[in-house]
Formats: sequence, structure tokens, C-alpha cells
Amino acid sequence: MPTDRLAVKKTYKLYIGGAFPRSESGRSYEVRSAGGAFLANAALASRKDVRDAVKAARAAVGKWSGATAYNRGQILYRIAEMLEGRRAQFIAEVRDSEGGNKSSAEAAVDAAIDRWVWYAGWSDKLAQVYGNANPVAGPFFNLTVPEPTGVVGVVAPADSSLLGLVSVVAPVIVGGNTCVVLASPARPLPAITLAEVLATSDLPGGVVNLLTGQTAELGPWLAGHMDVNAVDLTGVDDHALARDLEVAAAANLKRVRRPAADDWAAEPALDRMLGYLEPKTVWHPKGI
Amino acid sequence: MTATVSALGDVARSDAALRAFLHGLPGVDQVGAEARAAMLGTRSIKTTAKAWAIDLAIRMVDLTTLEGADTPGKVQALCAKARRPDPADPSCPAVAAICVYPALVPTAAEALRGSGVHLASVATSFPSGQAPLDIRLADTRAAVSAGADEIDMVINRGAFLAGRYLEVFEEIAAVKEACGDAHLKVILETGELATYDNVRRASWLGMLAGGDFIKTSTGKVTPAATPPVTLVMLEAVRDFRAQTGRQVGVKPAGGIRTSKDAIKYLVMVNETVGDDWLDPDWFRFGASTLLNDLLMQRTKLATGRYEGPDYFTVD
Amino acid sequence: MFEYAPAPESRAIVDIKSSYGLFIDGKFTDGTGGRKTVNPATEEVLAEVTEAGEAEVNAAVAAARKAYSNVWGPMRGAERAKYLYRIARIVQERARELAVLESIDNGKPIRESRDVDLPLVAAHFFYYAGWADKLRHAGFGPEPRPIGVAGQVIPWNFPLLMLAWKIAPALACGNTVVLKPAETTPLTALAFAEICQQADLPPGVVNIITGGGETGRLLVEHPDVDKVAFTGSTEVGRAIAQSVAGTRKRVTLELGGKAANIVFDDAPIDQAVEGIVNGIFFNQGHVCCAGSRLLVQESVAEELLASLKRRMAQLRVGDPLDKNTDVGAINSAAQLDRIRELSAAGDEEGAQRWSPPCALPERGFWFAPTIFTGVTQAHRIAREEIFGPVLSVLTFRTPAEAVEKANNTPYGLSAGVWTEKGSRILRIADQLRAGVVWANTFNKFDPTSPFGGYKESGYGREGGRHGLEAYLAH
Repeated sequence: MPTDRLAVKKTYKLYIGGAFPRSESGRSYEVRSAGGAFLANAALASRKDVRDAVKAARAAVGKWSGATAYNRGQILYRIAEMLEGRRAQFIAEVRDSEGGNKSSAEAAVDAAIDRWVWYAGWSDKLAQVYGNANPVAGPFFNLTVPEPTGVVGVVAPADSSLLGLVSVVAPVIVGGNTCVVLASPARPLPAITLAEVLATSDLPGGVVNLLTGQTAELGPWLAGHMDVNAVDLTGVDDHALARDLEVAAAANLKRVRRPAADDWAAEPALDRMLGYLEPKTVWHPKGI
Repeated sequence: MTATVSALGDVARSDAALRAFLHGLPGVDQVGAEARAAMLGTRSIKTTAKAWAIDLAIRMVDLTTLEGADTPGKVQALCAKARRPDPADPSCPAVAAICVYPALVPTAAEALRGSGVHLASVATSFPSGQAPLDIRLADTRAAVSAGADEIDMVINRGAFLAGRYLEVFEEIAAVKEACGDAHLKVILETGELATYDNVRRASWLGMLAGGDFIKTSTGKVTPAATPPVTLVMLEAVRDFRAQTGRQVGVKPAGGIRTSKDAIKYLVMVNETVGDDWLDPDWFRFGASTLLNDLLMQRTKLATGRYEGPDYFTVD
Repeated sequence: MFEYAPAPESRAIVDIKSSYGLFIDGKFTDGTGGRKTVNPATEEVLAEVTEAGEAEVNAAVAAARKAYSNVWGPMRGAERAKYLYRIARIVQERARELAVLESIDNGKPIRESRDVDLPLVAAHFFYYAGWADKLRHAGFGPEPRPIGVAGQVIPWNFPLLMLAWKIAPALACGNTVVLKPAETTPLTALAFAEICQQADLPPGVVNIITGGGETGRLLVEHPDVDKVAFTGSTEVGRAIAQSVAGTRKRVTLELGGKAANIVFDDAPIDQAVEGIVNGIFFNQGHVCCAGSRLLVQESVAEELLASLKRRMAQLRVGDPLDKNTDVGAINSAAQLDRIRELSAAGDEEGAQRWSPPCALPERGFWFAPTIFTGVTQAHRIAREEIFGPVLSVLTFRTPAEAVEKANNTPYGLSAGVWTEKGSRILRIADQLRAGVVWANTFNKFDPTSPFGGYKESGYGREGGRHGLEAYLAH
């Protein structure tokens, strides 16, 4: 192979409604590696990109939540397959973004792939584990089943660019929610590459929408948006900002997941899924 | 064809048309209907309201004896009781009617003469109705000619449950014709109909075919009258009058033994169909032991002390 | 005419003191007054209750903390269970007295407090008592732990029942509580404090403080409260969500609603009419999950409305203590004003108002059962929670339109569907964005059955296994 060939570099764009637009603002920002080298100019998303992403996410709710749990599980598994196929690329990107040695990047990517597999298996078990037949004191059929809350705004972890991201997105969508994700501002490139995986995994457009940019700028628009049902503030490191976002989220009583340290390598707790599910209870008389 | 049928169009022109009509009636949710009946059963009827209701209930009793062991002597005693339920209290009203087997109609007619108490006879091969139609019609005519002014017939449940609605309709219509001027009460035998949907359909069938009353039960099948069954029948007569202009009476029969039960039924009449049915011409109780309990409660209200059965006649 | 003679439940069974203190650390403080509670049916002052201020709230939270750390938190679940069973039994023993007290203080008909509220209160304690020593089987982790001190603020519409919904699961999970009843209905909560004494519940496990909105704010914002549970208006719920932002406090909110009750042309019509009546006139319509928007298929609207009006004419409005009363008094003058204001808005916006003829008592707070027809989604009375006996009637043509209209609200607490077609029920139930869907029934409650809303109707569930989640640490 000739070594003097100039590589073709990727333009990192946003991922909204299944497409890869630039920011409507036309802005971008420099993304540097952990070691300080220039990596790319990422799109610097604006409030209008948040608006467009929420619109896309809302539009996708019906189809995604209406899909069978089996189908959603297959698609999540498909995401793992696609990710596995690009394993080397992700290891390189994660290492560029996060620094560290090759084995830690490998471990992160492998765990991210396995996490999709883990969540894929949950799709058709959630209702069994988190649902109930309720023995009410009367002649009534009474069943509680979890349903998606709708559109979830996710602030992805700032540090763990892929594993952390997958660990917050998968539990949201496995139950039928759609989401708008603010990727790690300093480490956004694996997120956009993940979007390429999502786009080729039979995941309907709009189920996951990924924005790159500044949390402090975009967070308030996302948390305050009246057509968003829940927010995951995991990646908000600034306590004052987290509080402000929680206050903004209260405008329409969003479900809020506060920032808290999480061990991304460990097997997840269920509450990341359950927090975005609405137990719905249906009553019906039993008669002849 | 009767006027009521023409008001709805000729729904009985064919089995198919009749089936389409009956199956087009709104469904009855069992749990909801039973809950409504139970809620009405919680009404607390006290003092003056209770006294009023007890007197009305006495006036609504079809005092009944339908035993193989019935004799003229038994029926004569019952007729005396019907005329003057409480010999100690002349203010106590008479009951609505005596209800007996056809063979005892002549005895009862004699005993009730001039009393104003109606004479009802079960007919149509009561209680099963399992006899050829001509025999059932002859049974009816015999009872009427012997002096019955009310006929309590049983519908052909076998035909109803088999879906032969037109057959049931035509039989009722034929009995109605055989009744002449006598009022026809159509016994649905709701205990054999199994569902409230069937009770509603059978109620309509009985009314469409010309019944003057629809009646729950023969008293020979368990369950007999229940509050929810009666509720569904009351809703049927209410809706039937709204659609046809013709008022039909309701008679729960069997199993109503206490004043408390009877008052619950009157509350249900009051809050389902209202004043128009709170009258012996439009609501009856088919009962035997109920009367004495009504009398005891009546006396208790008047005297303020609890009564004992030895003070009321056993007939 | 069948006129029902008055059948009043005896008031003699209750003993209302002239003044009440606060129940803190197992004892009643001396009453210092500050607030009067009245009988809404007569405007008679029933008692003076104490307005808890900062010092009292601090004392109550401190007592709860001490009891949590020293007694209740470490106690074996099986022992906690027995205390809850005891409470359930005492509630049953005193059910008649508590029902009368509830009706006097709240204005609700004795038939409902006797047949609905009190049986459910006892059942709720029985249900959660049984969980106390089985929490590791509840599906919330292998070693579920309590959260700590719960600050609970409840509304006036089901005073004792809402207390049970809050206290039973909290205690079962090992938390201690400071509970503030609504300012207009404190008496049954104070009676419950006596029940805690009769049950020998360790001091500080349950603390009852009375007062108004400021007392509630002090409790919710208290730094040593770990868990906030609130049932009430969306407005206050929103303020609570804001006030706990940035803290460690866990929150559950059960807020307002504007439920659609959807009646299809094949509904079991007599039961649907009962369900509509029960949906909006139960408890004077003071029900967050009330079926306040009737969506009726246009092809049967006329027939259904005729039946509904006939049925409404049978409603007996009046003395809450009369055993035959169906609709009692509006809970307060302020709530009556709110109902009147929104009803006037309905008139102004061109909807047609109808009420059956009914004589209302001269004293007290009363509002006749009312329906508005000709309402559209654009009317205020189709969007805002009236929280009174006022039904807005809208029509629809297709199932899709029914669902669209039903979901076209910021709320999402409950919904009703009436049709004899099973597959339609299941499909529509899937599509309705509401936490509770009653199909061919309405306003049914059970301790085993989770209750709570989507969207601005709040978050978290009360009742059932799901109801434990709010009181267990993650």
C-alpha cells in the first residue's frame, strides 16, 4: 500500500430524524483528542436543532412504541451486530477521544457492544418484570403494564464517549421511548459514528437523535421543551446547571433523572429503564 | 299485528328481522348492572317513607300458592287473607291479586267475588311450558273462562335459548289472543336465561308480542327474582314505553320474603322508571311469605314494638 | 310520590374537640390555634387546629428522623407489618366513627365515606402490612432499603384515604413520616394520630402537622426530609418539583387530571350512564381522576344524553350525613368560587348548561350536578380541571378522533372506554396516554392496583407493588 495517499476525512454532522444535517446555525467547533491533537470540526448544535430533534423524536414515538417488543429487541441486537462490525474503528475513536491505552478502549467498545445485547433481551421482558396482574377485591380484570413515557432528553456522560453513551441511550429506547441526546461536548465523535451504526440498523429515523454542542447552551432548551416527557441529566457535571435544568424540566412535570456517578463497566441497574416507563393500569369487569 | 310492533316497524316479520332487532339492543354489563342494583339496595327508607312503602308493597302482592298439594280449602283461606290481610287492622289494604293454578280458579273466583282483588292464574302448562301449543292455549282459555282476569304464562325457554325467537313471539301472541280481556303476564324464567343480555332480549320479546306485564320467574327455578334482573327488566319497560308509547308492568316473583327486600325493589322502581310504575297496576310482587313480614313491619311501625309471628295469620 | 324520609347518620358517634394540637413524637402538643375547620354543609365551625410553623415542622421532622434511625428503620419487617395490621384493624373497628367525621369535615356523602373511603383505608393498610417483610421479593433489588424521612402533603378530597395511600407504603418500607393534611380537612388525620397511639406505634414514626400552604412548603423544603410525596394540584406540584431541584430528595406527585370518558355507539348504555355519573358526580367531582370530559360517539349522543339527564334527575343532593345523599357539599367556599368561575366561562364560551331541578340547602357550599353540551376542545371547561360536579360533553365520529381528543391535554391521569367490543377496548387502552384506564367501569380503586399519571398529572405510582418503589432507596 502506498503510504503517501491522503486519507478522506469524515465531516461530523448531527443526527436528526434519521438524516445527518449540519447545524442549522452553520456553526462548528474544534474537537481535540485527549492528547490535544485536532481531530475534527463537529457541528455546534443550536436551540433550533434541539427543536428539530424533539420534533423528529415525537414523530417517531408512534411507530417505535407501537412496534412489537420482539421487533425492538431484534433491532437493538442488530445495533450490536453493526457495532461489532466496526469494532476497530470505535476502538480507535474512543482511544482518540478518551486517551488511555488500547486495552481500555477495547474493553469499553466490547462492553458497549455487549450492553446493546443485554438491553436487546430486555425489550420483551420488561412488561413481565415490571408489569403486574393485580388481584383486586372485586370482579375485575386488572393489569398493569409499563408503557414508554414518550420523548426523553438525554445528556450523555461527558467522560465515557461510547460506553457511557450507549449505557444511557439503550435503556431509554428499549422500552419504546425516543430520545434527543446531547453527546459529550468534548468527546462527541464516537457518538456521531454511533449514529452511523444506528442509521444502518433498522432503527427507525427519529428514535435516536444526536446533537453535538455545548450542554450549557442546549440543556435549557431541551429541559424546558414542553413536548419532552423526561430528561436524563447524567452528563451534567455542573451542579448549578443540573439544578437549573431540573427547575426547567418542572414546567411540564418531566420525569427527571439527576446526575449521579455510575460505573459503566458494571451490569446496569433496572432503574435506568424503569424511570422512563409509565405503568398503565387497565380495569375491566369480568361478567357474562 | 299489534300496534306496538308497528311503532318499531314490523320487527317480527321474520325470524331474521326479530333476531337482528333483539341482538341490536344495547348489551348489559353484568358487573355494572349488579353494582347499580346493590347501590340502590343501600337506600335507607325510614319512618313515613317506610310506612308508605309497606302499604304500597301490600297492595302490589300477588298472593301466590302454586303447590301440587293446593286444595280448595287452602285457596279459600288464602283468598280471605288477600281481602283482609290483617284482620286486626281494617286500615290495612288488600293485596293486588291471588295467583293459583287453573284448576283452582273457580274456587278462587268464588272466594274473591266483589273484593276488587284480581285473580291471576298461571297457565300454559306452568311451570315448564313443555306441552304442545294447543294444549297451552286451551289451558289459558279454560282459566280465563273460569274467572281469571290475569294470566301468568311461561315463555318457551327452549325455543328462546335455541334462538327461535319468532316461535317464542308467535306463542306469546297466541296466548295473548287466548286471554281475551285478561291481562297477560309473561314469565321469562330469568333463572334459566343465564345472562342479562338474554333477560333484556326476552323482555323485549315479551313486550313486542303483546305482554301486559313481564315477570321474572315461576318460583320453581333458582335463582328466581333478583334485584339486578329486575333492574334490567325495568330498564326494558322504560325504553319500550319511550319507543312505543305503551307501558308494560313488571313482576318480580320468587325469593322476595322480607319487607326490606320489597322496599329495595320499590326504591329500584322509583329510581329507574319512577312514579308511573309505583302502582299495583304496573308493579307486582309474586310472593307468599312476604305478606306476613310486611304486616309485621307495618304493625311494628304503628305500635313501636317488634312483632311475633303468632299474631299474624298463617294462611 | 315515593319521598324518602330523612335518614341521618348519627353525629353522636364522633367527639370533636374544640381545639387540636399537633401530633409530634407520639404526643399531641397543646393547641395554639390559628386555623378553623368548618363543616362545608353548614358552615359551622367544627374545631380550631394549630398552624404549624417552622419550629413545629422542625420538631416533627426531628422526631421522624430519630424514630427512623433508632426504631423504625432497624426494625424487622415482620414487626413493622404487625403494627400496620394493628392499624388496619383499629380503622375497621372505628370505621363508622371515622366515616361520620370524614363526612362532617369534608362534605362528602356518608354513603361514600362509609362504603368507599373507609373500606379502602383499612384495605390499604392490610395490603401494605403484608409487604413489610417481603420487600426483597418486590422486584426492586435484593436488599431494598428505606429512604428515610418522608414529608407527605395530601389533599382534601379523600382526606383519610389519601393519608392511607401515603402512610401505609411508607411505613411498610421502613420510612417514617411527617404528614400534613389539607387545611380544610384535618380532623380524620388527627383521629388517625389517636389510632397510632392506640396501636402503640413507636413515637415519631408518624407525625401529623396541620396548617396551610406555608406549612406544606416548610415541610417539603425541610433539608432533613429525604422523600416528598404530594397529592394535589398541578400548580403546587410544579412548585414542589422546582423546589426540590438540585437536592437529593426523591419525589412522587399525584396531580390534576381532565379525564376523557369515551362512549362508543355499541356501549352497554345503562352501565355507561352509571359510569358517567359515577365518573363525574362521585365525591362531588372532587376527584383528580374524574371523568370530566365525556366523549360520546355522535351517532348515539342524543340518546345517551337523554338517558344521562334522566339519571341525573335522580341524584339526591343535600345533607352529607343523610344515608340517601348521592352528592354532598362542595368542600370549601374557595372551591365553590372556582367551580362557579369555570362554569361561567362555559356559559360565556357558548356551551349549553343543564342541571336537573334540585333544591340546594341555604347554608353551606353547594353546586348542582351540571353538564355542559356543545363543548369543544377549545373551551376552557374542556381543558381546565374544574374539580367539581361539572361534566363537559364533546362528540366524536371515529375511534381515531376519540383517542386524539382524549390525549389532547397536558394531563394524563385516567380515562374511560365504553364499548362491548373487546378488541377495541384493548387497542384504545393502548393508545390512551393515561395511567389508569377504566374500560366499561369507572372510578374503581384497590390497594393492589397502581394509580398515577402521565405527563402533568404527576409521576410515580401509588398502590400495588409499584407503590413500593417510591419508598425504597435505589
